[in-house]
Amino acid sequence: MAISTLDGQKIWQRRDRDVQLKIWAMWLVGTAIFMWCWQQISEATTWAFFWDAPRIAADIGGRAMPPRWSYMDKLWSPLWDTLNIATLGTVMALMMAVPVAFMAARNTTPSALFVRPIALLIIVSSRSINSLIWALLLVKILGPGVFAGLIAISIRSIGFCAKLLYEAIEEIDESQVEAITATGASRWQVMAYGIVPQIMPAFAGIAVFRWDINLRESTVLGLVGAGGIGLQLQGSLNTLAWPQVSLILLVILLAVVVSEWVSAKVRGAII
Amino acid sequence: MLRLDKLTKVYKTGDKALNAVDLEVPKGQVLALIGPSGAGKSTLIRCINRLVEPTSGTVQLGDVELTGLGLGGLRKERRRMGMIFQEYALVERLTVMENVLSGRLGYVGFWRSFLRKFPQSDVDEAFRLLDRVGLVEMADKRADELSGGQRQRVGICRALIQNPSVLLVDEPTASLDPKTSRQIMRLIVELCEERKLAAIVNIHDVALAQMFVSRIVGLKLGTMVFDGAPADLTEEVLTRIYGDEDWSETIQKVDDDDEVDAA
Repeated sequence: MAISTLDGQKIWQRRDRDVQLKIWAMWLVGTAIFMWCWQQISEATTWAFFWDAPRIAADIGGRAMPPRWSYMDKLWSPLWDTLNIATLGTVMALMMAVPVAFMAARNTTPSALFVRPIALLIIVSSRSINSLIWALLLVKILGPGVFAGLIAISIRSIGFCAKLLYEAIEEIDESQVEAITATGASRWQVMAYGIVPQIMPAFAGIAVFRWDINLRESTVLGLVGAGGIGLQLQGSLNTLAWPQVSLILLVILLAVVVSEWVSAKVRGAII
Repeated sequence: MLRLDKLTKVYKTGDKALNAVDLEVPKGQVLALIGPSGAGKSTLIRCINRLVEPTSGTVQLGDVELTGLGLGGLRKERRRMGMIFQEYALVERLTVMENVLSGRLGYVGFWRSFLRKFPQSDVDEAFRLLDRVGLVEMADKRADELSGGQRQRVGICRALIQNPSVLLVDEPTASLDPKTSRQIMRLIVELCEERKLAAIVNIHDVALAQMFVSRIVGLKLGTMVFDGAPADLTEEVLTRIYGDEDWSETIQKVDDDDEVDAA
């Protein structure tokens, strides 16, 4: 804090002069970098395509309208697959995430020296790779289809769920745990009575949130052959069947809106 | 009944919380432990049921030496020590009944407790205790719906359903208003009399302690500096425990208080 004396009067300012100058300098450098990047991108852009873009977009938009409603018959089954990938993937991920979370949380880990780093490694490696990339890999390993998508979604979700869950475990009120321990309860009873009730709202919130995300992610998995509605999207894009593309996009939009609504309802009911 | 012998606790930080405390509590005696914050009151009662591991010294409950026990043996003995907490420490998202029954966890196997299939005798006892503290119609409410005084009553039931021989009570009234504080203290003392329980009660409120217990122990920086009857708690003693202050208003004539109480 900057307190100085001027004519015997104490002056208070938020920052003193040195700090203020440093902040100005940082803004200056930041702005310069931004302008330079802008210029680089501008030079690398073929402006003819850019100016052409609205016309092309309007053209595609025109061809895509109206959506080909009759194509819907062929979409029900992949849509069902997509829903299954998201739901089963989330359930499988949660089953694996719960033990990982307990091993990763500082207050419940069996060993902070050996087990916790392994649990954290599982979390980081699962989170660092996008589900589309997992799907690419798994399609090669397991062959194309719904199963590869299911595994991709669940592997990707383990880290996310475990991370949020272990943070919730670390934030519990320890006095409740202490009270249960003091009754002579066993380790597992302490978990079931002292810890689980405290993390239930977080668990439910994480589960529906991740399900919601997984529904969106599973719509694109078909692009790499891992089943679901994305397969139809890719097929339609490749054959330039724009009315089908617009219908698929519309269906995906609706599915996402419905999932938003469901997860909001579930979260509201629990918390 | 309960005997501490040269009980010492040194924390990892090097703070000596307890310094060779010797204490003997006979059956049926309610003892108040007073002292300034940081004197080691909480550490002392947590060293008894080993929520905090004592550094040296022994604790004996009946003829069992608690300090030498392994994990399984300790769990068994913890059932004989009911604990009551400052902020109630109820499991907030469980019902009153579940909280009371959690006092039986040491007697019931994991799956039975997980599925909430407690023996009928435990449920009967839970209802009896809830009735005793006047909360029987609250049995199905969630613990976080209760007021402070009600929660502490549930905490008392949870401790008593263990069928303990000693109660460890950590600041039972610190989060309660003065009237509720008295009611809770009275309830604890009455229940100890009914069941011939020994109890160690940590308490900040010296006047409240004098009002209800028969023996007071003063702790200062981990060392026992006073052990006597409430009537012996003079200004000089309070200065020894807490430091210099005008104590004349704190020390209450016990009979005065009874009158106030009766009114």
